[in-house]
Amino acid sequence: MSGEQILFWLFAVTACAGAISVALSQIVVRMAVSLIVCLSSVSALFFLHNADFVGAVQLMVYVGGTIVLLIFGIMLTSSSPFSKIKTSPAEGFLSAGIGALFLSIIAFTVTQVDWKIQSDKVAAAAPVKVSSEGYNAAADGNTARPLALSFLGLRPDQNGQAPGYLLPFEIVSVHLLVVLIGAAYLARTKRRVAPNA
Amino acid sequence: MSLVLANTPIDLVTEGLGLTGAWAWFVVAVIHTILIGLFFGIPAGVFIWAERKVSGRIQDRLGPTRVGGRFGWLQSAADGAKLIQKEDLVPKDADSLLFRAAPYIVVVASFAAFMFLPFGDGWSAVSTDVGLFLMFAMLSLEVIGVILAGYCSGSKWALFGAMREAAQMISYEIPMAICALIPIIIVGSLNLNEIVRFQSGEGGFPSLTLLNWNIFHPIAAPAFILYFVCATASCKRAPFDLAEAESELVAGFLTEYSGMRWSFFFLAEYASMFAVSAIAAILFLGGWDDGVGIVSGLRSSGHEYSASAIGAVILIAKASKLVLVQIWVRWTLPRLRIDQVMTTCLKYLIPMACALFLAAATYPLVLNRANHGRTDLRSPIGDRVPMRAVEASEAHAVLAAPDSTELAAADGEVTQ
Amino acid sequence: MEAIGLQPVLFVSAVLFVCGVVCMTTKRNGIGILMGVELVLNAANLNFVAFSRYTSLGLDGQVIALFVIVLAAAEAAVALAIALNFYNNHLTIDVDRGDELRG
Repeated sequence: MSGEQILFWLFAVTACAGAISVALSQIVVRMAVSLIVCLSSVSALFFLHNADFVGAVQLMVYVGGTIVLLIFGIMLTSSSPFSKIKTSPAEGFLSAGIGALFLSIIAFTVTQVDWKIQSDKVAAAAPVKVSSEGYNAAADGNTARPLALSFLGLRPDQNGQAPGYLLPFEIVSVHLLVVLIGAAYLARTKRRVAPNA
Repeated sequence: MSLVLANTPIDLVTEGLGLTGAWAWFVVAVIHTILIGLFFGIPAGVFIWAERKVSGRIQDRLGPTRVGGRFGWLQSAADGAKLIQKEDLVPKDADSLLFRAAPYIVVVASFAAFMFLPFGDGWSAVSTDVGLFLMFAMLSLEVIGVILAGYCSGSKWALFGAMREAAQMISYEIPMAICALIPIIIVGSLNLNEIVRFQSGEGGFPSLTLLNWNIFHPIAAPAFILYFVCATASCKRAPFDLAEAESELVAGFLTEYSGMRWSFFFLAEYASMFAVSAIAAILFLGGWDDGVGIVSGLRSSGHEYSASAIGAVILIAKASKLVLVQIWVRWTLPRLRIDQVMTTCLKYLIPMACALFLAAATYPLVLNRANHGRTDLRSPIGDRVPMRAVEASEAHAVLAAPDSTELAAADGEVTQ
Repeated sequence: MEAIGLQPVLFVSAVLFVCGVVCMTTKRNGIGILMGVELVLNAANLNFVAFSRYTSLGLDGQVIALFVIVLAAAEAAVALAIALNFYNNHLTIDVDRGDELRG
């Protein structure tokens, strides 16, 4: 077993454990901590798959930004310290059963589909000759430059033939600006009008 | 991303040791952990002692004088021995699991930032193209531990401290990241090694690499000051130490902590001070370059190892200087009010950082004169990115010649 | 270095996805539901990166994963603003209490 495989199974187990404890925990702060464990492990899995930039963004934006925002929200909205809002046991069992069924369906699909043949089909249908062996198989991430170029509309990985992502990138930028303004507007403090004024 | 040991990929190192597979990874990981642990722990201890000495001098007293001789060298060790003996208390109202875990989150986050810090050319535990980004990401995880510590203490003082810390950190990360982007625009790389190589590299005067440092770039110089202000705030140092403001909030998020767990927060604080100062030294002050060409001369004459060793000493000296400035500022300036802290960031620092960012992006486009003999500054960023569009299209021309006929054939099939 | 293979990654992401869905359906705390959404989005991201590494998806997988992360951050900001408004109006974050629009 190579070091990479050991690390993969380590982080896979911590990611799954974090996700399961998010679903099971009743205290909302503990859910946030489990989510941190889960998302950090997922970013480690990104690093193991040579997607170093995506992993770094996951750590910075998700774990360092979104989760801090969520914990901030927990602090602002809990009516008492460590407040619990319980799920009734019946609902819990029902959802656990349906979840197990759902998981078994996905697991069945994952094992039944021959991903190699599918990948070859996609590679054959693509207008540009692409390798069906997978992107960046060498163990050197260094995806920052190809990603940056593809956001600028160039595709170094496909001989420059495929279109880049300049327009989606601009749309996402404008979308973020709109969201920033909208969230600030929604969350502003409202002056309550005195009843007899 | 690849693991390296003293500028050598681990595959080569472990081949020399006769190790393969998981064992090689394990051995290298242990070596790295010990080395980073030394770089993490020793500066923290030294700076805690330095803080006491500097604050003593600024307040016209002597500071520690007894433990370890006239200058109190061993004061930090004595503090540590005292703190280990203290009782480890957990308040009744606290969420005990998270209360116990929070100090470890803080320590691990600032420890992990050191993984990506190069002490000399290639002397980092993990050499990656997104090293700077990952260092910031790791340092930004520290705030989670602080917020959890405050929230899970079950105390109003601690909760106030945590709320302030959350608001302050989320706000100050923005100008800090934008200021760190300015040297990246100038250099065209997120790789910390490449940023220093650029600054120590080709200059107008072959020996005077000092003029290549980003601090002498007309736009990066104000960015350095902004970055340093934001870095001070992100380490929750005075005048931005609202999270633990002891005259208003008892001790803020630290109120309920004692003993070892309390000291972990301080270990992490001093280590992250060193980390942000080392980032500042690498981004703006030339990293391990000495400015007069000694290190680069040694390297070019083939003394790779001694060049890196001298470079590590230089980098640590620069970073320690910046930490001393942070200590000096702490004992000189009064604390801001929380609304003043937020105003400073949102109304002044962010617009200034954005303006500098735009200036840095447009500077090479409008500047037509030679700049310190650096011709590269005149070309737009896209041309300085090592993987150029021209090269990509040339590669395409070479590779795609047989493909284009197939493509035409495929098109023909579709139309039929 | 031996590759890990596509299937184990897909299993991990399936577990994440199902946990996220269960979380979304059972939690009554509004922020808990938001966490379920984050889990589901992460499962999708893991799939994108895995397909980018092991099949012919190429760089596209990582680009889409980046877009998902950015949009998830935007979604969290807006959802949190809505949650704060909900809390201001109802003095609780229990989503079962937000039933005034019931016909």
